[in-house]
Amino acid sequence: MFSNPLSLVIWTPIVAGLLVLATGGDQRATLARWLALAGALAGFLVSLPLFTQFNNLHGGMQFVENLPWIESLGIRYHLGVDGISMLFIVLNSFTTLMVVLAGWEVIQKRAGHYMAAFLIMSGLINGAFAALDAILFYVFFEGMLIPMYLIIGIWGGPRRVYASVKFFLYTLLGSLLMLVAFIYLYFQAGKTFEIEAFQALAKIPRDVQLLLFIAFFLSFAVKVPMWPVHTWLPDAHVEAPTGGSMVLAAITLKIGAYGFLRFALPIVPDAALQVAPIMVGLSLVAVVYIGLVALVQTDMKKLVAYSSISHMGFVTLGMFLFTGSQMNVWALEGALVQMVSHGFISAGMFFCIGVMYDRVHSRNIADYGGVANKMPIFAAFMMLFAMSNSGLPATSGFVGEFMVIMGAVQVNFWVAALAATTLIFGAAYTLWMYKRVIFGEVGNDHVEHMQDVNKREFLVLAILALAVLGMGLYPQLFVEKMHLSVNDLIAHVAQSKL
Amino acid sequence: MNWADLNLMPALPEMFLLGALLVILMLDLFISDAKRGITYGLSLVTLAVAAFLQVSTFETFSTITLSGLFVDDPMADIVKVAMYGVTATVLVYTRQYVKDRGLFKGEYYTLALFALVGMNLMVSAGNFISLYMGLELLSLSLCSLIALQRDSVKATEAAMKYFVLSALASGLLLYGMSMVYGATGTLDLATVAKAVAGGSANTTLMVFGLVFIVAGLAFKLGAVPFHMWVPDVYQGSPTALTLMIGAAPKLAAFVFVIRILVQGLGAMVADWQGMLIIIAVLSMAIGNITAIAQTNIKRMLAYSTISHMGFLLLGLIAGTPEGYASALFYAVVYVLTTLVGFGILLGLSRAGFECETLDDLKGLNGRNSWYALLMLLALFSMAGIPPLAGFYAKFAVIQAIVNINLVWLAVVAVIMSLIGAFYYLRAVKVMYFDEVQDNSPITMPADMKLVLSVNGIALLVLGVVPERLVAMCVEAMQLSLHSL
Repeated sequence: MFSNPLSLVIWTPIVAGLLVLATGGDQRATLARWLALAGALAGFLVSLPLFTQFNNLHGGMQFVENLPWIESLGIRYHLGVDGISMLFIVLNSFTTLMVVLAGWEVIQKRAGHYMAAFLIMSGLINGAFAALDAILFYVFFEGMLIPMYLIIGIWGGPRRVYASVKFFLYTLLGSLLMLVAFIYLYFQAGKTFEIEAFQALAKIPRDVQLLLFIAFFLSFAVKVPMWPVHTWLPDAHVEAPTGGSMVLAAITLKIGAYGFLRFALPIVPDAALQVAPIMVGLSLVAVVYIGLVALVQTDMKKLVAYSSISHMGFVTLGMFLFTGSQMNVWALEGALVQMVSHGFISAGMFFCIGVMYDRVHSRNIADYGGVANKMPIFAAFMMLFAMSNSGLPATSGFVGEFMVIMGAVQVNFWVAALAATTLIFGAAYTLWMYKRVIFGEVGNDHVEHMQDVNKREFLVLAILALAVLGMGLYPQLFVEKMHLSVNDLIAHVAQSKL
Repeated sequence: MNWADLNLMPALPEMFLLGALLVILMLDLFISDAKRGITYGLSLVTLAVAAFLQVSTFETFSTITLSGLFVDDPMADIVKVAMYGVTATVLVYTRQYVKDRGLFKGEYYTLALFALVGMNLMVSAGNFISLYMGLELLSLSLCSLIALQRDSVKATEAAMKYFVLSALASGLLLYGMSMVYGATGTLDLATVAKAVAGGSANTTLMVFGLVFIVAGLAFKLGAVPFHMWVPDVYQGSPTALTLMIGAAPKLAAFVFVIRILVQGLGAMVADWQGMLIIIAVLSMAIGNITAIAQTNIKRMLAYSTISHMGFLLLGLIAGTPEGYASALFYAVVYVLTTLVGFGILLGLSRAGFECETLDDLKGLNGRNSWYALLMLLALFSMAGIPPLAGFYAKFAVIQAIVNINLVWLAVVAVIMSLIGAFYYLRAVKVMYFDEVQDNSPITMPADMKLVLSVNGIALLVLGVVPERLVAMCVEAMQLSLHSL
């Protein structure tokens, strides 16, 4: 089992996390940090072969591993990735490495536990992306709530308890109904939890499809999050420590969107087609309305959190643009590119805010001003992330949004026009915040005493910046991996199950 | 009495248990308080030997002996072995606690073993009479155990409540049994089953009796609307006794229900299914919602128990062998989890201090992160969050009811478990997010520390590789139910 690359990417971080946990809380913090770094690095390295050895010309699942697990309940240990899920596993392993570096000396309280929680969560997230058995997916999907709950609650800001409980219960509500949906499908598909068997079900009546879609929707829409079930995210993001925000924004939100692609669309295509106009509407509300909400935030983290919701609105928009029963290939690929790109950008933005917070201990825009005078290198990096967040060409933020808008134009001009307003609002809220924080005269004594980034911070910023630029200049590297899987998905969804 | 029926081999573990128990009772008279550890050690050895005898006489078929009074089938074996283990664990967890409170007496151990004999009898009963005898032996032993702390007003009150209400429940049961006897002319479960299936029994009388029997069983399980005694007794009893009531007896009560409803009155499944649905839904709802309002952990766990009994009933409602197996699995996992939860409470209590409010858990992670982690595993397992054992328990019962197309009931169950998650999360919050209030060191005897750690880790291990235990429950149920 451990010769399979997918098992490796799941269990390496988990085992490393347990080792880090064994070092205790504070007594051997340095050892815990280095051990965590080694674990995260190992996790990232074992995930690389997935990317390099992935066969672009091979449709369907790769690196498949299928072992019996809980036979009495019909659950199997079935792993495999296609061009879509593979990208997120690599992205997640990469983000974990960044998170460990980001929290290095910033976290002084129970550093070992902090690092362990992130490593274990990283393994669980990889498992969720790699699982091809619905219950195996569910176990990973729900299991990650436990470390995230603790991360927000222990290392979070002042309202951390409220935020962590809200995060947990919100997410649990959705996923429990999905569990019932899985069990229902188990009996329909002939006593198997294989996701591929669910997808291959030839006939599902329309009303059942709608109910199943609602169950999936509640589960994944909360995770994405879509308007109007997004309210947990600003709370969780604002109160979470920097690393928590990075992982939440970069990865866990993507699991929601991935869930739509893996479950909702292929299992109940007719219901998806039927509710597509509603989904498009909700997505546009997220893009436009949440964009406006972001504009008036006074808290930087909250602003970026709302910006995440707005950007994820683009992702769901791209997934539910149909012409007839045909999904739009541009929009779908754009949504996927946007997901990966947002992973880098949001990690970068949250890290930047974390860097400033560590120095001034405030997230209020009003408490800053003229940071560029004191931290020129930092200001340059943050400029890049801010530009990318507002969708500047040649950065990764541009590619995805552009592709989704292109797809939208083919489907409906007005949808495209509304979606395109994000280019204005995104630029407005991001750059306005940037201007108020970074430019101008030195705002106050706290800013006066700010030190520019240290080597560790520079390293994290530089790696993320390279990723953002690289993806902006050569998106083909990612798109070619997902192309065949996207086409398969579109062909599958186009077949009615009525 | 037919002499050929006098095959005592299947009851060997029980006979050994009773014999050893009488020896301990006598020996204890000659032991001074300082050497009471001998009684404790002997009790553990007795349990180990009984478990060994049980395993070594294991058969994959049912043996009915003593003119049908005693049944030895795989279900009984598996549950008995679990009960020996659970009782031993309870004794280990409670030793320091009872020592600190002056209850470290021979009676504590002999009564606990008497209760176990009663449970064994319940589990292996093939006749209403032996079922009832086992039940009373259990109830009376537990009642005297609770009252053992006789200078405590709370404990005496709890014992009184337990005694009166269990007498009431027994009365209901007996009334129901007498109806069944009136309709079928027999107290033997297998003969009753034949009479009901053959249609020779008066249906009105049977259904009438069934109502009383179900009410009595619900009383014993602590299911709504017969749950009122549970919170009071859980809270009032010394924590050691709360654990003793909440652990092994739940397993015995589960088999008790299977024996009567499935093996005796299996043909009336359509009649009791509806009653159980109401009881299960009410238990899950009232248990979980009321638990939110509790600040006393023992009371909170009592309401949580009520809701767990509701979930367990879901498996029975399914009326399929898979359903019964899932309920058995649920009961085993529930007991394992309860042991950890109360084990921690016992460990945190010390002479003159009872750990029983949520505030007493404040900042546990700062005081001792290992115990906090064990408690965290127990709480998340009760909440049914994967990858802990409790998840598969909930999963299996929900799978069983979806199988008979009761999807609405599954939806109700998951919504109730969402509500339940809130108070477990609050307990985790108190341990992990709040500041330490009481910084006194936590001392646990080494044996307790070891068993508690193994017990806690088992919840996680069973969550990662549950197959063995699930398969065992499925097989035991299939083997036991097929033979009847």
